[in-house]
Amino acid sequence: MSRKDLTGSAAGRDPNAPLLDVRDIKTHFRTERGTVRAVDGVSFTLQRGRTLGVVGESGSGKSVLSKSIMGLLPRRNVLREGQVLYEGLDVSVLDENQMRNIWGAEMSMVFQDPMTSLNPVMKIGKQIKESLYLHLNMSKDDAHDTAVALLSSVNIPEPEQRLEEYPHQLSGGMRQRVVIAIALACGPKLLFADEPTTALDVTVQAQILNLLQQQQHERHMAMILVTHDLGVVAGRTDDIAVMYAGRVVETAPTATLFTAMRHPYTEALMASIPKLTDPSHTRLEAIGGRPPDLINPPAGCKFAPRCKYAQDRCLQEDPPLMDAGEPGHSFRCFYPVGTDAGAQALANNAAAGRSASGVPVTLAASGSH
Amino acid sequence: MAFIWRKLLQLVIVLLCVTFFSFFMLTLLPGNLADTLCGIGCTQEQRDQKVEELRLNDPVYIRYADWLGNVARGDFGRSGRTQQDISEALTERIPVTAELVIYSQLLALGIAIPIAVVAARRAGGVFDRVSTTTAFGFLAAPPFVVAPVLVLIFAVNLKWFPATGYTPFLENPLDNLRTFFLPALTLALAEMAVYMRLLRTDLISTLQEDYITMAKAKGIPPKRILWKHAFRPSTFSLVTVAGLNMGRLIGGAFVVEVIFSLNGLGKYIVDGILGRDYLAVQAGVVVVAFAYVLINFGVDLLYAVLDPRIRHARALA
Repeated sequence: MSRKDLTGSAAGRDPNAPLLDVRDIKTHFRTERGTVRAVDGVSFTLQRGRTLGVVGESGSGKSVLSKSIMGLLPRRNVLREGQVLYEGLDVSVLDENQMRNIWGAEMSMVFQDPMTSLNPVMKIGKQIKESLYLHLNMSKDDAHDTAVALLSSVNIPEPEQRLEEYPHQLSGGMRQRVVIAIALACGPKLLFADEPTTALDVTVQAQILNLLQQQQHERHMAMILVTHDLGVVAGRTDDIAVMYAGRVVETAPTATLFTAMRHPYTEALMASIPKLTDPSHTRLEAIGGRPPDLINPPAGCKFAPRCKYAQDRCLQEDPPLMDAGEPGHSFRCFYPVGTDAGAQALANNAAAGRSASGVPVTLAASGSH
Repeated sequence: MAFIWRKLLQLVIVLLCVTFFSFFMLTLLPGNLADTLCGIGCTQEQRDQKVEELRLNDPVYIRYADWLGNVARGDFGRSGRTQQDISEALTERIPVTAELVIYSQLLALGIAIPIAVVAARRAGGVFDRVSTTTAFGFLAAPPFVVAPVLVLIFAVNLKWFPATGYTPFLENPLDNLRTFFLPALTLALAEMAVYMRLLRTDLISTLQEDYITMAKAKGIPPKRILWKHAFRPSTFSLVTVAGLNMGRLIGGAFVVEVIFSLNGLGKYIVDGILGRDYLAVQAGVVVVAFAYVLINFGVDLLYAVLDPRIRHARALA
């Protein structure tokens, strides 16, 4: 039986299953210092054509998560657990030979830095056509026409000429468009965009995000948009998962998350977005401290050491994922924002001048929300 | 165009420097051509006469200028020892050395490249470690050890290849490749380890690049990723070092030339030095310097072929 039969056909697939169903996925790296728990039990589902935003600061495991779901991480010294059901088929158990029919054809990825993600010694045309030959068995002429169409669909002027050019002849924004064109080449059903605008000038960031959104709608493709910037996902995603220390600490439909966030970390992320309505020179709120060591994460809630709501319980007990009452909204916190328990915890800490983990809390800070 | 003019100017400067210094250094050696020609049992008078005849008492710069003038007219002169026309001697020896160098480099690259690619794919694996160790063994063994061993195995015991002899390529290409095999292999074994390590290391770092992960995410098979995506950007150090090696071997394959009694350029130069035959040495040095510059020019051109970024930077310059 050829590889195509195993994975390319409908075998093992369930048309009624969600496009992507990630169940308790864990990705641990064995290093000399110890095991880095980069992704530590993440679950979510993604329906066809929907967009999930994955938000978190550097080191939260968000980039590893997308590479791990796609199975792109090296096998050596990487421990991967959990299930990744793609159209009902568990792709986490497939080897690289089997995954190759899915990579590029059904799942593809837009990488963070277009300066390094295109091969510097290969013509752009060749880099696009490669997947067309491989997955779609196109003829030379068809591949050429498709490549031109792809480049113009990502708004690259004079696409015919661009095919003969090398990456260094294009600007960063143009290169990212090429990367997107390559990712879209074979009409994937699922697109991972791993911080697609982080390496770009602010002026082109919005263009690239709009382009991704537009392509996604046109192709009815699901997308996982990974970013450290809540501003990027606002208004562009259906749902958002906020990651911290390798885990989802809060997940909700986008509008709900922005209006009724429960987790103190989400609240702190929100507070660090500059707002147009603020007077100029308003000091942005930063989250004190740094993300926890993923080799020896703190006992209890991983965010407690930086949390102004933290109580003694937070330092001992790890909060499970709790239902917020609205559909699709859950979070990991004993003293959630916007509840009586949370308000009480904050008031206690303000009275004491510090949280249970030692974060200074003043009345002004507690009253700012 | 500007690029080629720059290279030509560089060639002239290199030739002037190299020939002047080799000329100068030969005069620093004890003894001179007159001693060689007179031999033992020669009277002081006969010797002085020879010195006068060869104008060995003139200052170095005058003799150098004379020589330079002659060379500019295309006259390398006659060997002081053998009275053979030097240009003639060079036309006999250059093909021998050129072939030895090219053959050995092709062998070295032909062995090193596939091994390096396989080793890089599983860096730290069994194949990687075994090949590295073996290659370093060959690197550590000097040619005067390797050559007799190869002769013993392949010429004396197995009788697959001849130990000595030389058939010109145009006369009988197959015979030529056979007679040249052992000397070329001797040189290749030493270079191979270096080429392997260079390419392996560069490949391993190239394989960490984002564009390789991207190629993987496109579903490109690993073999194609290695050869089509990673190989070309990883060959820069390899090309540089191979170029330098070829330049070095043109005058420096002396030991191998002697062992396999090949009348090559290296042997010619060393014989010349020993006999204080300065005209012969000078001619040899000119050829070596010329080849060096030419080969490095070729390497520069190759960079442009390998990397479009260099091509465009040059086109703009």
